[in-house]
Amino acid sequence: MSTTVAPPSVTPAYEPGTTSPPAFIPGAPPPATLWADTWRGIAAENPVLVQMLGMCPTMAVTNVLANGIAMGLATTFVLVGSGLFVSLFRKYIAHEVRITSYILIIATFVTLADLLLAATFPEISKALGPFIPLIVANCLLLGRAEAFAAKVGPVRAVADGMGMGLGFTLSLSAMSAIRELLGRGSLLGFDIMGPRWEPWVFMVLPPGGFFTLGLLLITVGWFEQRRRRARAAVAA
Amino acid sequence: MTANAQHCSPPAAPSVSVAPPATVKAPEVSSFKLLATLALAGAAAGLLVVAVYRATLPTIEKYAAVKEESAVREVLKSAARWDTLYLQKGALTKTPDAHDDRKSLPRAYLGFDASGRELGAAITAQEPGFQEEVLLMIGFEPATGTLIGFKVVDEKETPGLGDKIERDTSFSGQFAGRLTPLHGVKARAGDDPHQVQTITGATISSRAVIRIINHAVERWQPLLVAYEKGGIR
Repeated sequence: MSTTVAPPSVTPAYEPGTTSPPAFIPGAPPPATLWADTWRGIAAENPVLVQMLGMCPTMAVTNVLANGIAMGLATTFVLVGSGLFVSLFRKYIAHEVRITSYILIIATFVTLADLLLAATFPEISKALGPFIPLIVANCLLLGRAEAFAAKVGPVRAVADGMGMGLGFTLSLSAMSAIRELLGRGSLLGFDIMGPRWEPWVFMVLPPGGFFTLGLLLITVGWFEQRRRRARAAVAA
Repeated sequence: MTANAQHCSPPAAPSVSVAPPATVKAPEVSSFKLLATLALAGAAAGLLVVAVYRATLPTIEKYAAVKEESAVREVLKSAARWDTLYLQKGALTKTPDAHDDRKSLPRAYLGFDASGRELGAAITAQEPGFQEEVLLMIGFEPATGTLIGFKVVDEKETPGLGDKIERDTSFSGQFAGRLTPLHGVKARAGDDPHQVQTITGATISSRAVIRIINHAVERWQPLLVAYEKGGIR
């Protein structure tokens, strides 16, 4: 399960609590405000740009913006739903069968998301095809269930699911906006670049996905480094 | 997965006030209890999925029907109405026996204009394209094998290249009035009514469209002709 290990973030994402928790749970996240729980997934531990989890949908469905947003929101729905239920039942799920139980909860929510999407946005559901059912195999889901939801109360679990989901949605939206704008000259299907724009077809093909993700990671890394330097300069 | 898994907390979190105990041992749980937990959870999950499935099924089927109807309308051009024919026991019929589910039978749509004159038939056909199956709705005149047109209902061809079979109107527009069997040519299609020009950069996808149309007409034309000989019922 090394996939759940997040790389050390530069800023401590938690405000360490002043009181110690009543009972020790192995590996339990330290107490934090709900805002910190939510914000962590959006920025400091962004699933795609920092934790590098869920790369398969990140590459596969981000060719147009509508798909990226839909995939992000579907994953958010599953993250919040499975986080809530994993947390609610955490005291009843025996240690030996916990992974099975988490997968069962996740799979249930994925199926619900798939059906609801097909009933509300059939076009997007068709475009995402097999990638909605494949959310089950997104290690972000099992990672958050095992590392966070199973060790905290339901409110914190939902906040974390919301934050991770929004962080996932934002990264996917950023990627798909870049790819759709350059690869098709449009955003959400509306023509932006005008008729004289020659689409960079390769941006909507798989190589464009790797290229865009690489550029985003470089950008995030550059800002992170600059911030670190600025902080070091202040401290000195 | 033991207690030392790091999870999301930064390893250097400075003032976490609890230190982990040396060993954390989960209490033994009987296999029966494990089985019961999983069975219960599985039953609850199944119930939930079935409930939502049943609730969303009518909407999902409605969307599929609307989509099919608009495709029929498009390939049969100005059809005022159409009959749905079902293929059962090797022959087409408007009223299939009840013991087969109507939805599972192959279908053809026979379109008529406002004065009752037959315009042509619309059929769906699916075969592999460049990457995945391409699903077409094809309109043609059964008596002569002349095409009216086609519409791509579903494809997953290469974006920007193969998907031109769906977007490029100068490709799809040239099929009206052509005679089957078609064959694709790279140069400009001449006066030969069997020729259509393939798309540059999407030869395989274009040829797939041509192949699907040829096979579908070959399969359905005799059936439709036989149905019409029996009198339009």
